[in-house]
Amino acid sequence: MKKRIIRIISFALALVAVIGATLYLGAVLQDARLDNREGHLLCGYYDTTDPHDVIFIGDCEVYEGFVPATLFEEYGITSFVRGSSQQTVWQSYHILEETLERETPKAVVFNVLALHYGKTPSESISRMSLEDMEWSKQKIDAIRASMTEEESFLSYFLPILRYHSRWSELDSDDFKHAFDKHADITHQGYLMQTHSDPVDTSDTRQPEAMLEALPERAIEYLDKMTALCKEKGVELILVKAPTNSIRYYWYPEWDAQMVAYAEKNGLAYYSMIGKDEEIGLDWSKDTYDKGLHLNVYGAEKVTSYFGKILAEDHGLTDHRGDSAISAIWEERINSYYNERGEK
Amino acid sequence: MNFASFGFLAFLAILTLVYFLVPKKVQWIVLLVGSVVFYAFAGFVGFFFLLFAIVISFVTVQILGKRQAALKKYLEDTKETLTKDERKAYRAKHKNGSLLVVCIGILLLTASLVYVKYLSGFINSSLSFGSGAISFGSLAIEVMGISYYTFISIGYMIDVYREKAAVERNFFRHALFVSFFPQLAMGPISRYADTGEQLKATHSFDAKESWCGLLRILWGFFKKLVVADAIAPTIGYIVSEKLGGIYFILLCLFYSIRIYGDFTGGIDIVLGSAQILGIKLPENFNRPFSSKSTAEYWNRWHMTMGNWFTNYIFYPLSLTKSMQKLSKWGRAKLGVGIGKRLPVYTATIITWLATGLWHGFAWNFVVWGLLNGVVILISQELNPLYEKFRARFPKLWHSAPYQSFMAVRTFLLMSLIRVFDCYCDVPLTFDRFFSTFYTFNIGEIFNGGLLELNVSLTQYIVIAVGIVVMMIVSRLSIKKPLRETLWEKPVLGNAIMALLCIAILVFGSYGLGFDASAFIYGGTFN
Repeated sequence: MKKRIIRIISFALALVAVIGATLYLGAVLQDARLDNREGHLLCGYYDTTDPHDVIFIGDCEVYEGFVPATLFEEYGITSFVRGSSQQTVWQSYHILEETLERETPKAVVFNVLALHYGKTPSESISRMSLEDMEWSKQKIDAIRASMTEEESFLSYFLPILRYHSRWSELDSDDFKHAFDKHADITHQGYLMQTHSDPVDTSDTRQPEAMLEALPERAIEYLDKMTALCKEKGVELILVKAPTNSIRYYWYPEWDAQMVAYAEKNGLAYYSMIGKDEEIGLDWSKDTYDKGLHLNVYGAEKVTSYFGKILAEDHGLTDHRGDSAISAIWEERINSYYNERGEK
Repeated sequence: MNFASFGFLAFLAILTLVYFLVPKKVQWIVLLVGSVVFYAFAGFVGFFFLLFAIVISFVTVQILGKRQAALKKYLEDTKETLTKDERKAYRAKHKNGSLLVVCIGILLLTASLVYVKYLSGFINSSLSFGSGAISFGSLAIEVMGISYYTFISIGYMIDVYREKAAVERNFFRHALFVSFFPQLAMGPISRYADTGEQLKATHSFDAKESWCGLLRILWGFFKKLVVADAIAPTIGYIVSEKLGGIYFILLCLFYSIRIYGDFTGGIDIVLGSAQILGIKLPENFNRPFSSKSTAEYWNRWHMTMGNWFTNYIFYPLSLTKSMQKLSKWGRAKLGVGIGKRLPVYTATIITWLATGLWHGFAWNFVVWGLLNGVVILISQELNPLYEKFRARFPKLWHSAPYQSFMAVRTFLLMSLIRVFDCYCDVPLTFDRFFSTFYTFNIGEIFNGGLLELNVSLTQYIVIAVGIVVMMIVSRLSIKKPLRETLWEKPVLGNAIMALLCIAILVFGSYGLGFDASAFIYGGTFN
């Protein structure tokens, strides 16, 4: 009898040890995997409690193209960027769902570049978005929509199943900070890039011929976003942020497709392609990677340009006269300029 | 369904729960349904072939059973009226009829096996494929485990013909015997005497059996995922780059380790799964790398396959009239000694050729089979010499160093023969083998060459630790399996179980970035 009790207790303890080790090591290994800035772009939103007039949703063109600090400083519009790397439209939809569960902004701005993905382009980058979300029904739906064929759903609950092969790269620091909360490295979702790497004007390569229209699956999710915003009484605004690179080229045919879509659904669509002069973009200074993405100087110009549209055409309120809101944003703007280096 | 998957573990857990919760008399139905579900994951076409084997073997054994009953009744009824010679003649005639029945059954099942495994090879006039896949233009099918259930079915039909197994009258119970899921993907090739009655019997939950079965499954995962699959990239690199010299020797050693971990690990998962359900499947391995000779090695490696070929090919072949004629001819022309051995040697070579072809319809398997046969025959021919040496130096013979030398020699010899699997190209294998005589690059592996084989130093360390653990476990399992010893020491046993789990989770080669989790014998030799 005594041996039987010992057997049961030791088996139970072994089970607890395995579960504990699985969770702990999973956290350590996942954290080591996410040890880069772009793995922590969505988490900052969960710490904000004040409402926003505008929510930006989309991929890198959003979190490196629109600056909430500038938008408030110049137009008094409160905003937050819910962008992440290669955020697909199905991820955007579920992130929007999650956002609209928490607040009801006046407008949602969606950057349309990711519509050219018909399926998740990269498992590892997709995970950076998904794993940065807090657990919710929307997160589970986003995982289901994003999973590639080789992935297992279980690996999102037990990260050790995905990241175990990184055991040989761990160092002692990884063990110390496994369960630490990540500091928000963004400015209301905007990821600052301060250096410049100009467009290579000697590069004469042309974009490849467009193969097909925007995939049906992407348009289906855009339809869902449109319906959701209508249901919640939020205005959906479509934008295409500027770029000067043949990688992620925005084809005129896609642009026409978006114009038609916006017209059909009664939405506003603003393409900033070919608007460099109006915006004031200088691709020899305003990009940090040869025209693919904007640096902080380019992003501020784009925000100034788009903020004017938001204020004038979409009637968003200027909160700069509201001392309570201004006080909050003053702090954020200071933090923004602290990193930027000048005011 | 791959054994090395969470899907299989979930399937086994649910099946076990249902199995022990339902009334005992329907447990076998749960196993049959489980086997159907397990097989359904492999696709509809594969299921058709399984059903074909079940139906053919069932009909064959029913006919054999009825003929045996009729013969018995006839002999009983004519006990007084027939002479002894008349009875003998009738029995012989009747037996020929039964032989025809069993031969038709064997022919049909062999035809389906040949159709799936080899037909496209003939159509393409190519001897280069080794998997159980057939392809006609766009039609390609994979039939999981067809070799195993075909061999199980043929073995059962022959056993019934030989009156060594009872006839199963219930079609569904027969279906369960042929299709019992754990043994479908990679064996063992069980006989009716091994599992027939067990599958019919009722089973109560037994904590010891379940715990030992679980530990055995984990041990199988450890061998497969932490050792075998971890070394696989090195093997792939040496083969794809056609590296010679010391790398060829490394390939022989690494491939032996890999196939041992992969195959014995898979069998551990199979036997452990069955053990949890209270079914004891026949063992397939018995510390093969401790063998002192090739013949001993084949008595310890893939034992159920060896037994199958011995019982159903080697013995019947040795006793045919043609072999007796050959023996007579040999005695007359080549002397009594050789004439006596000629049928056995011929049957040995044919059996090994068949074994090679069973592994795959490719030249490398043909050469592999023949080499095994030739080595065993040479070893037997040299036996008198060994005996003399043993008699002359008994102390040396029994000394640990000499025994170890024999084990290492056998291991190296088998590793060398086995390497034909790697290249799937006989001339290239010989070419790389001969490169060891003129390419002296041993220094390279100590100057970073080893680290350029797609495996890092830390991974080598884990593999090395894994091999040492495997050797220790093998050593501690001589008298009885270590898991049974650990059952008696629950704290240590459960601590080891937990450590195994964690080691597999962290160091195992699974998930994204790893593509080696399909079993070699479950995939190639299906």
